[in-house]
Amino acid sequence: MTDTFDFIEMKIPAKAEYVGVIRLSLSGIANRMGFNYEDIEDLKVAVSEAITNAVTHAYDDHKEGEVTIGFGVYADRIEVMVADHGGSFNLEDIKGKIGPYEHVETVESLREGGFGLFIIDALVDKVEINNEYGVIVLMTKYLQETGVEVDANQLSTR
Amino acid sequence: MDLSIDVVNERDKLIAVLVGEVDVYTAPKLKESLLFLVKKEQTMLEVDMTGVSYMDSTGLGVIISVLKAAKEHESQLRLSNLQDSVMRLFHITGLDKVIDISVSIREGR
Repeated sequence: MTDTFDFIEMKIPAKAEYVGVIRLSLSGIANRMGFNYEDIEDLKVAVSEAITNAVTHAYDDHKEGEVTIGFGVYADRIEVMVADHGGSFNLEDIKGKIGPYEHVETVESLREGGFGLFIIDALVDKVEINNEYGVIVLMTKYLQETGVEVDANQLSTR
Repeated sequence: MDLSIDVVNERDKLIAVLVGEVDVYTAPKLKESLLFLVKKEQTMLEVDMTGVSYMDSTGLGVIISVLKAAKEHESQLRLSNLQDSVMRLFHITGLDKVIDISVSIREGR
């Protein structure tokens, strides 16, 4: 069987106010595909993190760029691509700065940023990053009925 | 998709009631408002998040910076009534161990 898919592409100015617009579209697409509420929330956060990174870098570089978002709609999964054709970042550098708080530390030593990639990784099934030309983040999340991946993160009921 | 911030004055604390989404667009305004409140020495600030339907790492950044400022000014910060999806973010990042999070019901309402 060939792996056919529908592809939806959107382009937004690299500005903070448009991130929410993509969340609304994503929510509609994922809902149509049959994702449950919790998975849609996870997707919204993961995709927003990627777009936020792109928007923030454009802002830091004083560039008026665009961010391209592509949605690959498959029978068993969604693939979301976020492309920022602004500057590249050093992946190894960034990986070294991310992660959860293990044994904190004092309040003063808390990081205020650097969670983005870590959170994306926690919320989707697969993340791929290509930074040869700009930065492209590709996130994949499977529909749960397929049983491909079961989320091990139990929701805290506190 | 905006965020509204209302501050309620109670006997022994201030309550900031948030309604809407916290993201890269609304985070700067939230940061400014909450920092202003905790910079008054010895303030007890409770952030009521009942109405926060969406939050991402930009919101976590705001909370951390407010927590730091609170400590500097001998103020206290507490988050209350987080929706499950928002709580999950604190759990994943381990911030739930660092920040005072409660499910307290607001007085007088």
